[in-house]
Amino acid sequence: MSVADLVRMANDIGRFFEAEPDRSVAVAAIASHLRRFWDPRMRQRLLEHVRTRGAASVAGSGEGEAGVASGAGGDGLLPLVHEAVLSL
Amino acid sequence: MRSIAEHDLGTPPPAETGRVAPPHATQVTLAIDGREVTVPEGTSVMRAAALAGVAIPKLCATDQLQAFGSCRLCLVQVEGRKGFPASCTTPVAAGMKVCTQNDELARLRRGVMELYISDHPLDCLTCPANGHCELQDMAGAVGLREVRYGYQGANHLDAPRDASNPYFTFDASKCIVCSRCVRACDEQQGTLALTISGRGFASAVAASQADTFLDSECVSCGACVQACPTATLSEKSLIQKGQAEHSVVTTCAYCGVGCSFRAEMRGEDVVRMVPDADGMANHGHSCVKGRFAIGYASHPDRITTPMVRGSTSEPWREVGWDEAIAYAAGELRRIQARHGRDSIGAITSSRCTNEEVYVMQKLVRAGFGNNNVDTCARVCHSPTGYGLKETLGESAGTQAFDSVMASDVIVVIGANPTDAHPVFASQMKRRLRQGAKLVVVDPRRIDLVRTPHVQATHHLQLRPGTNVALANSLAHVVVTEGLVREAFVRERCEPAAFAAWRAFVADARNSPEAMEQVTGVPAAEVRGAARLYATAGNAAIYYGLGVTEHSQGSTMVMAIANLAMATGNIGREGVGVNPLRGQNNVQGSCDMGSFPHEFPGYRHVSDAATRALFERHWQVPLLAEPGLRIPNMFEEALEGGFKGLYVQGEDIAQSDPDTQHVVAALQAMECVIVQDLFLNETAKHAHVFLPGSSFLEKDGTFTNAERRISRVRRVMQPRAGLADWEVTQRLARALGMAMDYHHPAEIMDEIAMLTPTFSGVSYDALDRLGSIQWPCNASHPGGTPTMHVDAFVRGKGRFLVTEYVPTSERVNARFPLILTTGRILSQYNVGAQTRRTGNVAWHGEDRLEIHPHDAGERGVAEGDWVGVHSRSGETVLRAHLTTRVQAGVVYTTFHFPESGANVITTENSDWATNCPEYKVTAVQVVRVTEPSAWQRRHAQLDRQQRDLLPAGATRVPRP
Repeated sequence: MSVADLVRMANDIGRFFEAEPDRSVAVAAIASHLRRFWDPRMRQRLLEHVRTRGAASVAGSGEGEAGVASGAGGDGLLPLVHEAVLSL
Repeated sequence: MRSIAEHDLGTPPPAETGRVAPPHATQVTLAIDGREVTVPEGTSVMRAAALAGVAIPKLCATDQLQAFGSCRLCLVQVEGRKGFPASCTTPVAAGMKVCTQNDELARLRRGVMELYISDHPLDCLTCPANGHCELQDMAGAVGLREVRYGYQGANHLDAPRDASNPYFTFDASKCIVCSRCVRACDEQQGTLALTISGRGFASAVAASQADTFLDSECVSCGACVQACPTATLSEKSLIQKGQAEHSVVTTCAYCGVGCSFRAEMRGEDVVRMVPDADGMANHGHSCVKGRFAIGYASHPDRITTPMVRGSTSEPWREVGWDEAIAYAAGELRRIQARHGRDSIGAITSSRCTNEEVYVMQKLVRAGFGNNNVDTCARVCHSPTGYGLKETLGESAGTQAFDSVMASDVIVVIGANPTDAHPVFASQMKRRLRQGAKLVVVDPRRIDLVRTPHVQATHHLQLRPGTNVALANSLAHVVVTEGLVREAFVRERCEPAAFAAWRAFVADARNSPEAMEQVTGVPAAEVRGAARLYATAGNAAIYYGLGVTEHSQGSTMVMAIANLAMATGNIGREGVGVNPLRGQNNVQGSCDMGSFPHEFPGYRHVSDAATRALFERHWQVPLLAEPGLRIPNMFEEALEGGFKGLYVQGEDIAQSDPDTQHVVAALQAMECVIVQDLFLNETAKHAHVFLPGSSFLEKDGTFTNAERRISRVRRVMQPRAGLADWEVTQRLARALGMAMDYHHPAEIMDEIAMLTPTFSGVSYDALDRLGSIQWPCNASHPGGTPTMHVDAFVRGKGRFLVTEYVPTSERVNARFPLILTTGRILSQYNVGAQTRRTGNVAWHGEDRLEIHPHDAGERGVAEGDWVGVHSRSGETVLRAHLTTRVQAGVVYTTFHFPESGANVITTENSDWATNCPEYKVTAVQVVRVTEPSAWQRRHAQLDRQQRDLLPAGATRVPRP
């Protein structure tokens, strides 16, 4: 599965949980959703992507327009999602 | 003609405002011909007599319709009363003494029959109703021996015969003007297409304004045919084949209403399908698909011999079952050895039985050793499963269909019941005619918005993709205008979650006025609808794929559950959250553990206790991690990590979004095994073809949208020799599994043993009770019509904050219109079944509905070919100009593969479940003169693949 797709799908999940006022609850909920519904291969690939690209600049994220959220980090992920993926 | 197996009691049970059983009625005792009879108050004398075993002659009466009192054949005498009252319209009274037969009554009845027969053709021996004609029976019953008036003079014997409908004829010469057909169309179907035109002797049944049946408003449900006491309205199949000699009760294989039918048979030949009056989902009603469109099961396109081939460019080779199974098993094991355990998977079918689905997921989990199993519910109602589980605690609708008869307000969101769930729509319309209020939330003006004797109080015609914005603004009104059912919420729901939700929806940004810009719905309409929903008594929400097939599908399901909880509209009759399921067994396929993360009964694979239970019974270790969903399988295939797929009864190459993407994924696999009735679009990319069996050829159960488990009964041998579950079992054995079921009943016993919500279900129980709504267990031995009665399944109901997040699929200068998709009455999903029936008379091609304004801007006229482009692809359809769609929105159906509706849909999907966003695609529409490049390629592939079939495998001429 392409990283661009994984990033897009993970951000879609993140946008639902962004409404949660308690940040730690939101991060845990995103991580739980990924664990409960994503095949381990998908999680692993996203985690590798975050580890290698997480520190890169936004301009260098290289993801498709649909995947990148405003405020996304160098890995193209919303900050909440970024945090959740690292907790996997 | 009524079913050969049913006994007609003449009039319906009393006080039947709809179908909800009347409250314990007072019992009345009377005497009929000296026999004491006790019946509920309000029962007709005719029905009381029938219940006592006394058959009063009748023609215009039938227990499927309200009494009419026109034929004057059912006259009786009542002691102490004057004259000869009609027994069908006379209610019983305590102490009444009724005489059903004496010389005077006999004389009167003979006189009536004499008049009927004086204007009726006497061709009984060659008449299709012969042997089951009520007129014939009554002539015998009243002892008619002569017709004194002769047959000269004015008569209707030369009245024309209308054979325009593909399935039935209307022979006016045989009509006795009893009005049963007209009343059936009014009361049962609710279309009101038929009428009696003219007066007195000139009275005649007419369809619409004396049109032919095909050209009229008639929707061909067949209720009139069933109601007709003579051969005036007769099934063409009955005319062709003669009377059935036995009947078998089974369940329809079309939509999620799950109608019960009697298959009326001669030997192994289906003479006709007659809806079962005892069927709890349909009460003797049906639609054009279930009753008539079964010709696909015997269509020459059926492939009945297994086939294999090394590559998709090679010709198919017909082989025996053993060779096909051995080849398929060998390929699956070879792929796993080379690419790993997780490189194969399977897709179960919502058209197959519960037992077949259960066996499939067992094959994957225990045989493949992974959790790569998914089902077509992925692309329709997966958000329902997720959203309702998160809020209410169970992945299913809350009510029985009959509950609608107790509703005061009916809210229909993103569903088109009169087309997609027609039999339930008829019941809903019956309730609406009784005065319930209607709110429709839909971008299109669906038929229900305004139909005979039905008019929506509010039609919230929102822009596609703005469901959640609208639901939040409805909730805003409930919360800010003090319409929350506080006591209910306090007692039944989690307080902290409710408080968070209340604060969220109360925010001004969710007000109808603020959201008007987003949804396009006037704020006043939203406020009116919200007040109506919250205050008018019992309010029920019914929704369909217009809710789920969005990037926020799951959010919208939660928003609906929030609304129902906040207004206390859950946990009793007449209310609830009701997903209208698409396919016959989509509820069942989800229940049976088809999802990659869930065992049967919606238990997560990571749940150690459940896993241990299945491991103990199946004697294999099981994975605790979820597997791939359908779209994930495609992605993984394109990445090279997914190489083998076993697809049962689903045509992913037509039904799933972004067709070219799906096809590329299929082409990237080394072994695609398709089990189906036909060489469908997916099979064109397959390496093994395993012939499927139709619902007429196997035993099993289907579970409909109201959680009702009903028996499917085999009425003929499988055409290819094996039922679908037997094929899967053979494959499982070839893979080394110990699987040895002898009958689907044994599979159900295993399901019941391993699934708490099914523990009381067995074939014996189903035979005894007719059907069962799960949960069925020790505390609910007869099943559960209404869920969440005293408490939610999850304990306390959970409100969830449902922020509106616009879809990334937005209109722009390049793609300025929004395409949304849906179904039509006469066709069904990918059309594999209905396209192979007479239903093409109503809908022979998919068309693009476009608003005249948008059409005018593009120089498009009615019937023009138009190219529809999206960022995914392009297809060409003919345009239909209509104001049913708003300007800016176009709409099409997806029943024909050559239409390529899914060539244009995109990879966007629901955030929680990956259910595709079929309902929103940004497109441009232009006038064109030739098919799209995709369509030309598709036509070429279709020709090539047909050429690769063995001679005689299909007898259909190539297009």
